Amino acid sequence: MDIKFSSEALATANKLIARYPQGKQKSALIPMLHLAQSEFDGWLSPEVMDYVASLLSIKPIEVYEVATFYSMFNTKPVGKCLIEVCQTSSCWLRGSDEIVDHLKKKWNIEVGETTSDGMFTLKTVECLGSCGTAPMLQCGSDFHENLTVEKVDELIEKLKSKGERSSYLKSLVNS
Amino acid sequence: MGRKLLLEHINEPGIQTFDVYRKKGGYASVEKALKTMAPDAVTEEVKKSGLRGRGGAGFPAGMKWSFIDKKSDKPRYLVVNADESEPGTFKDRYLMEKIPHVLIEGMIVASFALGAKTSYIYIRGEYMYIVGILEKAIQEAYAKGFLGKNILGTDYSLDIYVHPGAGAYICGEETALLESLEGKRGNPRLKPPFPAVAGLYASPTVVNNVETIAAVVPVINMGGDEYAKIGIGKSTGTKLISASGHINKPGVYEIELGVPVDEFIYSEEYCGGIWKNRRLKAVVAGGSSVPILPADLILTTAKGEPRLMTYESLADGGFQTGTMLGSGGFIVMDEMTDIVKNLYTFARFYHHESCGQCSPCREGTGWMEKILHRLHHGHGKKEDIDILVDVAKKIEGNTICPLGDAAAWPVASAVRHFRKEFEAAAMAHSHAELVA
Ligand SMILES: Cc1cc2nc3c(=O)[nH]c(=O)nc-3n(C[C@H](O)[C@H](O)[C@H](O)COP(=O)(O)O)c2cc1C
Ligand code: SF4
Ligand code: FES
Repeated sequence: MDIKFSSEALATANKLIARYPQGKQKSALIPMLHLAQSEFDGWLSPEVMDYVASLLSIKPIEVYEVATFYSMFNTKPVGKCLIEVCQTSSCWLRGSDEIVDHLKKKWNIEVGETTSDGMFTLKTVECLGSCGTAPMLQCGSDFHENLTVEKVDELIEKLKSKGERSSYLKSLVNS
Repeated sequence: MGRKLLLEHINEPGIQTFDVYRKKGGYASVEKALKTMAPDAVTEEVKKSGLRGRGGAGFPAGMKWSFIDKKSDKPRYLVVNADESEPGTFKDRYLMEKIPHVLIEGMIVASFALGAKTSYIYIRGEYMYIVGILEKAIQEAYAKGFLGKNILGTDYSLDIYVHPGAGAYICGEETALLESLEGKRGNPRLKPPFPAVAGLYASPTVVNNVETIAAVVPVINMGGDEYAKIGIGKSTGTKLISASGHINKPGVYEIELGVPVDEFIYSEEYCGGIWKNRRLKAVVAGGSSVPILPADLILTTAKGEPRLMTYESLADGGFQTGTMLGSGGFIVMDEMTDIVKNLYTFARFYHHESCGQCSPCREGTGWMEKILHRLHHGHGKKEDIDILVDVAKKIEGNTICPLGDAAAWPVASAVRHFRKEFEAAAMAHSHAELVA
């Protein structure tokens, strides 16, 4: 596959680079990786990372070391919907264990695995700043809060048909 | 009702937009500062206000600004810390989502005071939907002449950009944040040099929390002296508290510093009491990093005085019997809470988030997680408790950045105040062994 941003994404990429001083284009790396992840199926393959390196005129290793440091970057393929359940204290106090157990049973998978149809990947994450509306999960950019097992089932039904990924481009374009 | 300086208009329909925000008096501080004050005079007002950093450490904001290296010929930067990843803390998210212009307004005034012509908001990547909200607010501010070249016809110019992170608690630490903003892994730097001398791109830089910068708006509008009249002693002004856990009304509350803890937990104005008619067991008052306190010590100090929501009162008694205001992440636990499990969630968090640069933190957080996992699952031994405390002690003070301390304090305090529960967890093992 020929790795290349859409023209829209490429225009955005150039705007992102222009936000940092001359010669400091490496600063745009994390924003660019978000962009790349939303352009290329929700994960960063070595080819995609090399492409980002070329856009920023930096060495591929500089991209790899960043991509592997940050938890939002996936260096392996993920399901259409990444379901990230917060499990830190405030969420645990309000029942996040039940939510995780429910999803594990429902899909017959362990945390970190993807359903056989490639639709859902279940992940547990640390505090997402939604402690006052706990328990919660994130899917794409959306926060789903004050969860109950019933609400989770409803949500999963809805997501089944469309999938949802975090999109940096969307955040920029919507504004 | 306490005074609201940041959230006064939070329920006004459309307050997210420039027009409504402006109608409610928004951007007055920019007009006042840019048109009638010298940059140093702005810093002076902030000093007088006694405003302290709202990100966790409570360092006086005006003093931090006055450290910025003005002799350097490099550009200066203001960087807003919107990484907000301290468990139990969600106030910056609330503020940016509901009333984004107050942050932009504060940034203009602060950047003017510092002589910064470019300013970045470093926001945690998981808050991606807020990136859109902020971008929109910034565009509106440009369109109305509050950003860009020659703001309000003065010779001051400023650009603001939003920069998303990508999931790493450590990037909330200011030097890790700057590394990350430069496109690198979030490994904290050794200090000195401090950011005020060599920060972003080795240029003079001030890093402040979202709420600190927003609070500059009322400081300039009211004047530092008036602001300092709110609160008690060195805890001036108002503070956003993120309240979560076993309370009837979790949420973000703006309090005047000095509200009694008792009132904060039980009054209808704030948390509304403990849920399910249960009793209070413990509170983590300032985000996961601060010492946990049992009910009696969070409500009254060891001296028997009512505990207040101030930097000083919460710290009264030191780490033996006190805690810290920290980020204002107020986590409440009822009588049914398993303290060992709670601590395990924190230990797992710190192990996950350690950047791995220093061995005491990298290895120590891993050991603490393992021991707590054991204890929580009934495979622990009584000796484990002392090992746990010993590991925590050996991390504390021996690392490049304070994440190590932040991982150690909750452990030391939980064992200090709830040792019996840890022993019971260890007994579960001895008991099982005996039966076997
Ligand atoms: C591990 C660690 C995480 C931190 N996370 C945050 C954070 O998410 N937000 C924040 O404002 N400050 C955070 N801080 C504090 C910052 O290093 C810095 O002190 C703060 O941004 C300064 O702003 P202030 O003086 O306005 O509070 C963190 C510190 C440490 C050691
Ligand atoms: S204390 Fe921990 S997080 Fe901080 S620099 Fe050392 S290893 Fe990294
Ligand atoms: S603890 Fe789950 S969002 Fe904060």
